[in-house]
Amino acid sequence: MHNPFALIGKTILVTGASSGIGRTIAIECSKLGADIILTGRNESRLQETLSQLKEGQHKYIVADITIEEDIITIVEQLPTLTGCVHSAGILGLVPIQAITKAKINEFEQINLHAPILLTKQLLKRKKLAKNSSVVFISSAAGVYRVSTANALYAVTKSGLDAFMRSAALELASKNIRFNSVNPAMIETEALSNIPISEEQKNANLAQYPIKRYGKPEEVAYATIYLLSDASAWTTGTEIKLDGGLTLS
Amino acid sequence: MDIQLFIQNVADQFDELNVELTPETNFRKVEGWTSLVALLVITMVDEEYGIVLPPEEMRKTNTIQELFDLVASKQ
Repeated sequence: MHNPFALIGKTILVTGASSGIGRTIAIECSKLGADIILTGRNESRLQETLSQLKEGQHKYIVADITIEEDIITIVEQLPTLTGCVHSAGILGLVPIQAITKAKINEFEQINLHAPILLTKQLLKRKKLAKNSSVVFISSAAGVYRVSTANALYAVTKSGLDAFMRSAALELASKNIRFNSVNPAMIETEALSNIPISEEQKNANLAQYPIKRYGKPEEVAYATIYLLSDASAWTTGTEIKLDGGLTLS
Repeated sequence: MDIQLFIQNVADQFDELNVELTPETNFRKVEGWTSLVALLVITMVDEEYGIVLPPEEMRKTNTIQELFDLVASKQ
């Protein structure tokens, strides 16, 4: 069957693959034929993701990508990649007057420094094949809108967006593409760690013209488009997934 | 843990308070209590007491005493 979104023959690194959106991306990519290399901090959770992948030549590398040496260790073990998905990230509500240097560092290290430094090492060690595709899981926050107590997250995601476009320009001559998927609220376990009441959640949901939050699979499908040859002429672009949130 | 100091730390998170907080005060009913103040209280507890309050447990507390007991139980 003709399928321009197929990922057969592609080898794709997925960070943050031990849970949430990263795990779902890995699973969905494997269903379209990709070989997946998972990375994350927690080995048993990586094994759980691995066990859910469709058949293929998959493996995992346990590493903490907030540590530069760990990034180098990952990259040294990699075969040549045709795709990379930066999905590792943290979220959390921090009012501006509660911001500390430690909090800034925590958000920046995971959401910004890690994808930048991993990209650098992939390029330096020539692990990204020609025609390969790099996808950053960014956010609607910081790029299209901001919200109360979300400044640190928004700052890192708008920074990531600027990096994505810069990389797209700089690497276009090598035909390596860089794009991002920018979702609003997605139902994951990370969301349950945000201290909001049921009433607040309902009020928040009411802002979405399509009356629900997104699903991890929907982020995965946009990512798959960007990883596939269907998007071969697309670089430096954000795909907004927000159920219509930012229309008004 | 000193409850008077704890009350002061909670009070400091409000912009302005028109009532005096006591252990029996239902902080959720105090004028000026918002989701933002709730976040500031969570951050204060983290910074002053080294405790990360699980949201679902904090949601069950209503009085300052209950919140104090929750923090104390985690120490």
